[in-house]
Amino acid sequence: MISIPYYYSFRNLWTRRLTTVLTSSGMALVVFVFAATLMLAEGLQKTLVETGSYDNVVVIRKSANSEVQSGVDRSQAAIVESMREVAIGESGRPLLDKELVVLINLLKRVTNKPANVVIRGVGPAGLPLRSQVRLIEGRMPRPGSAEVIAGKNIAERFQGGGVGETVRFGMRDWAVVGVFAAGTTGFNSEIWGDVDQLMQAFRRPVYSSLIFRLRDSSEFSGLKERLESDPRLTVEARRETQYYADQSETMARFLRILGLALTVIFSLGAVIGAMITMYAAVANRTTEIGTMRALGFDRSSILTAFILESLLLGLVGGALGIFGASFMQLITISTMNWQTFSELAFSFTLTFDIIWKSLLFSIIMGFVGGALPALRAARMNIVEALRAT
Amino acid sequence: MFFLKLIIRNAFRHRLRTSLTIIGIAIAILAFGMLRTLVGLWYLGVERSAANRLVTRNAISLVFPLPISYNERIRQVPGVKSVSYGNWFAGIYIDEKHFFANYAIEPRHYLDLYPEFIIPADQKEAFIRDRKGCIVGKKLADRYGWRIGDLITLRGTIFPGQWEFVLRGIYRGKEKSTEERVMMFQWDYLNETLKKTMPRRADQVGYFMIGVVNPEMAASVAQEVDRTFRNSLAETLTETERAFQMGFVSMTEAIMIAIQIVSYVVIAIIMIVAANTMAMTARERIPEYATMKTLGFGASHIALIVFGESVFIALIGGTLGAILTFPASLWIETELAEFFPYFSVSATTICIELAAAAVIGVAASIFPTWRGSTIRIAEGLRRIG
Repeated sequence: MISIPYYYSFRNLWTRRLTTVLTSSGMALVVFVFAATLMLAEGLQKTLVETGSYDNVVVIRKSANSEVQSGVDRSQAAIVESMREVAIGESGRPLLDKELVVLINLLKRVTNKPANVVIRGVGPAGLPLRSQVRLIEGRMPRPGSAEVIAGKNIAERFQGGGVGETVRFGMRDWAVVGVFAAGTTGFNSEIWGDVDQLMQAFRRPVYSSLIFRLRDSSEFSGLKERLESDPRLTVEARRETQYYADQSETMARFLRILGLALTVIFSLGAVIGAMITMYAAVANRTTEIGTMRALGFDRSSILTAFILESLLLGLVGGALGIFGASFMQLITISTMNWQTFSELAFSFTLTFDIIWKSLLFSIIMGFVGGALPALRAARMNIVEALRAT
Repeated sequence: MFFLKLIIRNAFRHRLRTSLTIIGIAIAILAFGMLRTLVGLWYLGVERSAANRLVTRNAISLVFPLPISYNERIRQVPGVKSVSYGNWFAGIYIDEKHFFANYAIEPRHYLDLYPEFIIPADQKEAFIRDRKGCIVGKKLADRYGWRIGDLITLRGTIFPGQWEFVLRGIYRGKEKSTEERVMMFQWDYLNETLKKTMPRRADQVGYFMIGVVNPEMAASVAQEVDRTFRNSLAETLTETERAFQMGFVSMTEAIMIAIQIVSYVVIAIIMIVAANTMAMTARERIPEYATMKTLGFGASHIALIVFGESVFIALIGGTLGAILTFPASLWIETELAEFFPYFSVSATTICIELAAAAVIGVAASIFPTWRGSTIRIAEGLRRIG
């Protein structure tokens, strides 16, 4: 038994170009929204996950959710520093940084609206611990001076963030002497300065967090237990990767739920569109279908031909949608992370995973929309179909 | 009248196609309305702020406190009627998923500043007298089944430790939109405990709430307060409650803008679907249009028929969607009460929904109308199918 050639389906789409374009652009928009929300969640996750490195440990006060809420006093910091699991740097000092993390209000350049920006006071180990961070403009601040360096996103988006400008907080003017880039990490949305200077300016006698590199990555669980059960300490330790993943949890979940809800609703619309198109395709070709049946093509090959047609329709829509969504990678979203109350910039990120998920999704939409009409076509009675005008 | 009849008859010639289109439009309009309401909710905090309340906080940012001694100095500023203060406590009940706002407040003046929190006088008095007392909103109490006298334990995140409170009162909101998911307890309880455990952090407040004599004086009072503390260790930033709330909202504006864009995308999608339906309908009826033209109907008549059918279908879908908005929002309000305790659709939203439906109908008909009305008779009659 010969089946209907595949180009029958293809040519049918071509013959009714306007309808094909309209239907598949409806689907393309749905796939666009689907892909864009996935890309946004992916971008957020990528930003926050890459911010941490697996071998680094963040120590914050017990039950504080973020560095901003946390406080670790000097004596506790010294105890953690003396742990034997802490790696030793090239200079012979522990690769451990005692940091201060606070939020300040800065105005955005474009909108003139305030946003909370993270200011991080770092010590000498701050840079060696973050291999992603490198200076792209200007110079490093001199220790002990009122100088800071700004992350790339801050320099671009906030007033006073560029090299040569000053930001005012803590009753002092701080000169921005450099701009640093940190890959796609959240550090891009921070300002860094000397920890001792900042602690004085903010009149905070305690550190916010301790970051250190593990001597041996496998020693983490043992160390965590020791730190958390030490009666002198009221801290908890997390791997840096875990810490940043926790920070983004709420927002990532919000984006996922929102994306899912939108996609479900939108795909209903697009499936209905596909169904209308395919029903019309079947109705227009009643005589044709009758002829094919009379020629000997059986029900299943008619079914296949029509389903193939609607799968193609979906695929065209999916490809168009992904094409459009790929341009979203140029856009950077800057918003407040609810968990830390601080500004965070991240971009849409297209991955291979998202591409095939979107294509699969568009094909499924095509199938759902085309199944019923194809079934109708396949179940037509030959004689009646031939008699139809 | 004749044309109206023709339009309605035409609309239901393809029952399946028309009803699919109507369902599609109804879903889209419903989604559009829901998304708009969601965006509106974001601005609810701004909507319900009173014009005669000012918020004073540390100029650096919200995470820095202000000394309690500022209280008396603010009170002396001309135009200030009453001052209260509080701390964002950020305590966690059970675990992070059970989020609700909780504040440590100075009770007497605070409750006077918030007349929209209605609380029975005896409960209010019991709350003020009990240092470990707390009050919660009706919806919060309902959610956890709390009754007066219950013990509530929160785990502190900013202020470490387990904190125990006795429920002394349940307030109701004056308006339907008033926030009823807040817990408030005595600032003194927080402060006394801090004096023992972390004396460095005692005697500091997160923010001051200022009630001004009349709203016109708000700006001058705000300036005066900030001037009082200029060049001190803790400079202040005073703004109206509305501006304060707006600050929060604008920080997450990017996401709201995205949702707004998406709500227009859904309209665009359904516009394409409807345009497709109309294009197919018009293409199938081209011989009919040619026949009608032969009978003497003009191009404008044909245009009216196609255009009318499109708008007619879109409006049915739109109306259906608008009607469905009410049960849908009611469902969200009851089933998803913990996220959206107040999900009320405004009259504006309904109007915009119907307008959007009309736009869909008009846009969908542009091309088919043009095609139907400009078809040449001979060409139209020659066409098959």
